[in-house]
Amino acid sequence: MNTVAVIDYGMGNLHSVSKAIEHVAPDARVLVTSDPALIREAERVVLPGVGAIRDCMAEIKRLGVDALVREVSQDRPFLGICVGMQALMQHSEENGGIDCINLLPGKVKFFGDPLMEGDTRLKVPHMGWNRVNQVKAHPLWQGIDNNERFYFVHSYYVKMESGDDVLGRTEYGLPIDAVVGRNNIFAVQFHPEKSQHSGLDLLKNFTQWNGKL
Amino acid sequence: MGLAKRIIPCLDVDNGRVVKGVQFVDIRDAGDPVEVARKYDEQGADEITFLDITASHEDRETMVHMVEKMASEVFIPLTVGGGIRTVDDIRRMLNAGADKVGINTAAVFNPEFVREAAERFGSQCIVVAIDAKKVSAPDEENRWEIFTHGGRKPTGLDAVEWAKKMAEYGAGEILLTSMDRDGTKNGFDLGVTRAISDAISIPVIASGGVGELQHLVDGINDGGADAVLAASIFHFGEHTIPEAKQFMADQGIEVRD
Repeated sequence: MNTVAVIDYGMGNLHSVSKAIEHVAPDARVLVTSDPALIREAERVVLPGVGAIRDCMAEIKRLGVDALVREVSQDRPFLGICVGMQALMQHSEENGGIDCINLLPGKVKFFGDPLMEGDTRLKVPHMGWNRVNQVKAHPLWQGIDNNERFYFVHSYYVKMESGDDVLGRTEYGLPIDAVVGRNNIFAVQFHPEKSQHSGLDLLKNFTQWNGKL
Repeated sequence: MGLAKRIIPCLDVDNGRVVKGVQFVDIRDAGDPVEVARKYDEQGADEITFLDITASHEDRETMVHMVEKMASEVFIPLTVGGGIRTVDDIRRMLNAGADKVGINTAAVFNPEFVREAAERFGSQCIVVAIDAKKVSAPDEENRWEIFTHGGRKPTGLDAVEWAKKMAEYGAGEILLTSMDRDGTKNGFDLGVTRAISDAISIPVIASGGVGELQHLVDGINDGGADAVLAASIFHFGEHTIPEAKQFMADQGIEVRD
């Protein structure tokens, strides 16, 4: 049976993520859980997240989710969403500087205030529907047009050490590494569960992905 | 510029029903919000906002169930406003599947509530709703004040200063409604929209007064809004969301197809 574990570490709204996965994969068993045994048994794992990184990382560490993420992200399809993506990096500038799980070599940076694009000041948070340029082919892009729009809401963005780990890029005053990954790990800054057709397609691809490139 | 300007239909909900008529739902029924939301989702709305205009405890329960149902079927951002007064109110709505909550009166009476909410749940889900009314005389410099209770009670708070303060306190977005224009169909109050949009770095949603598609364009081009909210022009079928988007795109505004 196709089991998808959505890791519940007490931060924010997991309802939307699990409902969206159930919607695209009616046969899958979707568990919103913090139980390490259930997460270890799942074929696929999702790390969601909203809110401030300090609080997220505090709960991740308190519940031992960091070690668990390092373990289960070795061998099965793994999806990080929004702060759940940022948490996979080495370090975030948010809240005065927070060390993250350090699964992927990248940093989380502030957009800056003011964030300028030419003479125009851009609003922060980056909120709304923006285009994602698929800089690398990936099974999760299947059926999704290049430069399709997804729903973003964030004030900090990911910058990878190496372009090799960047799968999709978005422009908002500066280039954002909006989709990153390596092997069986895929992580997105936007909210696929809120990105209507394009987001649902991506989640569907995830539920069918074997973790291979 | 890649970020699209957003179109947000707004539903007023009372005891689990849409209370303003909505044309594309059976007219004998005020409208099932989930059904209405699904229609707007199909049309390509960028987000949906619900205003819970009831006060009773029982109705609040209904609202929570409705949000749950909606979040299981509509996969675009949902904002729920009206009667959000405590951290518990916020938690319940977010757990039910709302992505953002609108805080209005409670912010005016207790600004620290906005700070607490933003720290607890993140700025991304805190929308501060501002009801503003022009209070300057015609020969004076423009000035707008915050009003509560549907525009009846003045607060003495300057709208632009208030918006700045709310942004500092951690609001992720401002939903700005002109009480002078709400329901008039004469277009947004572009003066206050521009003044607030220029004064703060967080996004501004313009609301109140949309009667034709040009008003949406004006709100963005002249008001500097990042998103436009409207109810009746969509509810009564005068215009569809794709028509609105096409009209905006024809005037050079970036929208989501």
